[in-house]
Amino acid sequence: MTEYVSTTPGLFPLPDWAKSKLGDLKGHQKGDLIGGDESAAIASAYDRARSEVVDEQRDAGVDCIVEGQLRWDDMLAHPLTVHDNVDTGGIVRYYDNNNFYRDPRVVGDLTPSGDVAAELDATAELLDGETPLQAVLPGPYSLSELATDEHYGDEAEFLAAIADFLASEVAAFPDHETLFLLDPSLVTSAPGDDLAPGIPEAIDTVASATDADVVVHTYFGALEEKTYAYLLDAEFDAVGFDVVAADREQTVYNASEYGCPSDVALGLADGQNTLVESAETLRERATWFTEQVPSTDFETVYFTTNTEPFYLPVTKFREKLGALSAAADLDREVTV
Amino acid sequence: MARDADNRAQFRPDDHDAEHFLLTTVVGSYPKPSWLSTVRDLERESDAGFAESDLQEAYDDAARVITREHERAGLDTVVDGEMRREEMVEYFAHRIPGYEFNGPVKVWGHNYFNKPSVVSTVEYDEPWLLEEFEFTSDVAEKPVKVPITGPYTLARWSFNEAYEDEAALAYDLADLVNEEVERLVAAGARYIQIDEPALATTPDDHAIVGEALERIVDGIPDDVRICLHVCYGDYSRIYPEINDFPIDEFDVELCNDGYEQIDVFRSPEFQPDLALGVVDVHDAEIETVAEIKSNIREGLKIVPPERLTVSPDCGVKLLPREVAYQKIANLVSAAREVEAELDAGEIDLVAPEP
Repeated sequence: MTEYVSTTPGLFPLPDWAKSKLGDLKGHQKGDLIGGDESAAIASAYDRARSEVVDEQRDAGVDCIVEGQLRWDDMLAHPLTVHDNVDTGGIVRYYDNNNFYRDPRVVGDLTPSGDVAAELDATAELLDGETPLQAVLPGPYSLSELATDEHYGDEAEFLAAIADFLASEVAAFPDHETLFLLDPSLVTSAPGDDLAPGIPEAIDTVASATDADVVVHTYFGALEEKTYAYLLDAEFDAVGFDVVAADREQTVYNASEYGCPSDVALGLADGQNTLVESAETLRERATWFTEQVPSTDFETVYFTTNTEPFYLPVTKFREKLGALSAAADLDREVTV
Repeated sequence: MARDADNRAQFRPDDHDAEHFLLTTVVGSYPKPSWLSTVRDLERESDAGFAESDLQEAYDDAARVITREHERAGLDTVVDGEMRREEMVEYFAHRIPGYEFNGPVKVWGHNYFNKPSVVSTVEYDEPWLLEEFEFTSDVAEKPVKVPITGPYTLARWSFNEAYEDEAALAYDLADLVNEEVERLVAAGARYIQIDEPALATTPDDHAIVGEALERIVDGIPDDVRICLHVCYGDYSRIYPEINDFPIDEFDVELCNDGYEQIDVFRSPEFQPDLALGVVDVHDAEIETVAEIKSNIREGLKIVPPERLTVSPDCGVKLLPREVAYQKIANLVSAAREVEAELDAGEIDLVAPEP
């Protein structure tokens, strides 16, 4: 029996009122972005926005609820850009998108910061133990790729340091049911032969810091075969695939050829297009994947957007949230 | 193949004394007078007593002022500073049936834009820029350049709900741009600039941009100067492919990183005319005339003076207005001084003579 679970990778679009209010409170230049020491007025606006997106997820019937990562001005680079031993450099392009973030230049030891834990504490309080909380972090490889190392001096050592840092953040988290590690760089700039063997170790470091189910979610396309094979060496619960991307056949090939964990996250709804897929379409996409990987008895299939949804206008994002929840509920438990 | 670029002479002012002529121009946008933003805000408030006609009057006045400001700076070709346009994709999407708006999306930090969605086949309805061009031409004593957001950028920076892929959408949009350019040309426009900043973010798509340009110039007479503007990219990934684009002039930002990429264009031989960015639009420090002259000489490494146009790196709208003005004025002074030095034989040309 397969359980379908609706969720998201976090990093939501800010509600429109919060876009204006926080723009007014913080400013629009790169020096105005979040630093981890925001004023009470700014913190209060984020509190209100967080509470709103938590309610929206509950109202939509989403199974795993995220904080929304509304403070993450620098998207996946956020855990570093707010760190004391990281300087923020110029504005750089965020993957192949018309989006930008501040280049985090790591200039000292990556000591535990507790920034993300504080957000999750606030979310856990809102949920009051009634709905499962899902934590979200960048995967260690993606975070190392998004950053500039000016301290550790060696690529492998830097990756290991990032993994240790993320593990220390996770250790401070409140109880959570799932942890999504977003690792799109595994797709967009596959690790070379020298670094690839360090990837499973880095993921193990982070995953071992929690008792929650750990999902390593990949997107912006399919993984290269070799990267996928290395990824499977790591100890985690579910791998996440982009089922919307044009090269999704490659993803099916990888899963069929190299095997697949019995838990998967499927990026079924397009996080970068306003066209709202129906619940039936999302379900068909899930079946398209699972039926082509017959060797695996899927236990848990997470239904999610492929990418972070902050690329979308809020109205369309909310519709997609509803469709994902409905898709998982279409037939709660069916045999694949 | 690049078009026959023998159409720059029409932009040489009658009273241009020097033998050499470096065409001076701008990319398009210019800081809006602060009162224009005030009027726009007031027009949106229902009880402020500002009507739509008041806003139109403010747009006209701003276009007059900025066109004149460009002329005062001494430019050979002018723009109205895009006073009527708020954003380079939104402006056009509002005028093209097939687009809809669903709300703002993040670019970075708390900077957003109303990224539109294409929900059905795009169509040509009312002209997009005809009134803007006719108004500016009436005001201007110098020839008017018309910047148009290119079809690839219009496609790439929209959500595509209706087309199989972005190429198909870009080609349909290119046909609409062609229709607009035909109307502009019929109204007297002789200098059209296609802005394709999205090419810099996805350089592997240069073939789509090339095909879109073929559609844009279809039936456009040779005396109409067609410029392509691209900025903030890795140009080694689109050169020499741009040599095959049907354009008269390639306008590129290179001042921003101190001409680090200028050598990209040295080999094979550069085919279209080069419009070189010689002032940085993201730095409020005003380049001196001497600095700009040195920047202009970077362009002479690629093309001879007869094929060199000088412009800012990109639109100057994010600069303080007085800084934008002084940068452009210095750009013109520098071009005139370089022309005099060329006339006097004081500059050794390294690019092949035509």
